[in-house]
Amino acid sequence: MNPIFKHGPSPLHRLMLVLFCSALLIFFDYKMASFESARGYLQSLVSPLQYLANTPKQLMTWASTNLTTRQQLMTENQQYRLNELTFQEEAMQLVILKQENERLRSLLASPLRSEIKKMVAEVISVDSDPYTHQVVINRGASDGVYEGQAVLDALGTVGQILHVGQTSSRVILITDISHAVPVRVQRNGLRLLASGSGQIDRLIHNFVPQSADVKVGDLLVTSGLGGKYPEGYPVAEVSFVSNDESREFVRVYSTPVAQIDRLRYLLLLSEKEPQNIFAPKVQEENSSSSVKIPTKVIN
Amino acid sequence: MFAHNGIIILLTLLIALMASIMPMPLSADAFRPDWVLIVLIYWCMALPGRVNIITAWVMGFLLDVLLGSVLGVHAAAMAISIYIIIGNHQKIRNFSIWQQALITGVLAALYHLVVFWLQRFLIDVVFLPSYLYPVITTIVLWPWVFYLLRKIRRNFSIK
Repeated sequence: MNPIFKHGPSPLHRLMLVLFCSALLIFFDYKMASFESARGYLQSLVSPLQYLANTPKQLMTWASTNLTTRQQLMTENQQYRLNELTFQEEAMQLVILKQENERLRSLLASPLRSEIKKMVAEVISVDSDPYTHQVVINRGASDGVYEGQAVLDALGTVGQILHVGQTSSRVILITDISHAVPVRVQRNGLRLLASGSGQIDRLIHNFVPQSADVKVGDLLVTSGLGGKYPEGYPVAEVSFVSNDESREFVRVYSTPVAQIDRLRYLLLLSEKEPQNIFAPKVQEENSSSSVKIPTKVIN
Repeated sequence: MFAHNGIIILLTLLIALMASIMPMPLSADAFRPDWVLIVLIYWCMALPGRVNIITAWVMGFLLDVLLGSVLGVHAAAMAISIYIIIGNHQKIRNFSIWQQALITGVLAALYHLVVFWLQRFLIDVVFLPSYLYPVITTIVLWPWVFYLLRKIRRNFSIK
């Protein structure tokens, strides 16, 4: 039925109403950050859509993995065997070095480093929004993911967990314009801050004094100072240092070590006990009733 | 909403949402058309009594959640673009398909600029011409989406 006389409020009133709603949402989400837990539920709500949208890509990957030749598999296998040999050798050394390090640390009476737990996750969707650099992974609160967890790929630091849903969560990348990592130069321990630039292949280092010893090609590793990222993981390689001495600070750019534009498998690091945001708020007196979270953790 | 096969409208909108978050290679990603906007424009033009500004705002809100942007940004931009269609749907209906495509392109540009202005207001993003590449693909896509959705509307006799 198509009524000649329309019912309901006029389009202008509707527009005013929704714009008012938008302004409220923007204010409360951005300025007050009061949607943190609601974001978790919304993320859980839309995760079926994300899984569905990911199926064509998964079908293609499935096809390409199933349609490889025997020759390819053999050469790959050979390569992995060689890699394993070298890694085995390094692992043998690592055990001894770890023990030695712990002994030395205990001699110096400095706190022992806690064992870092790792969890493997897969990227299920990448944002098409050009203003933010985020990806969605297939692990959520039910796997023990918590907000602020450090995320790596096989080569270096990728970012940290931004919002946690029940079965999926959102990772903010180090190249996002609103993100920064405390780093140090591996060669000499100089501390820097690596801010995202909004470009996928560039990090910016602000406030580097003219006297600082930074060269093109220096490897920057996490310094562990912010308390979010564990110490010593590679972040970026310095790609540009300006030698304009009339400026107050040196302009330093670097390229992320991790392959930010072709992420697939990620590693989530956790140092503390995971806290499920969907678990009921626990009071101090009856903390024994806290919900035990099943964690899939690879040590 | 659900009378006269209204569920089909919802289904097309969900598919549009999925298409706008589907993983794509980085080089093609800058050219991703605004699927949700195109589908909303069609339904608002064909059935303004069924799909209105509130629907557009809800779809924009879902897009905000899916894209991880500040809640309400895409919702506001979507509502403003659709308001223009709602106000002029009788006129735009009678235009030829290419004129409609151009109008869709202008609305897509408006949509992207509103999103950019709001983001600029909140975080310090800088404008790159590549932010407007989707406008080109949206114009090219309009005739195909128009004929497909019209076929769907007539086939399922959505009123």
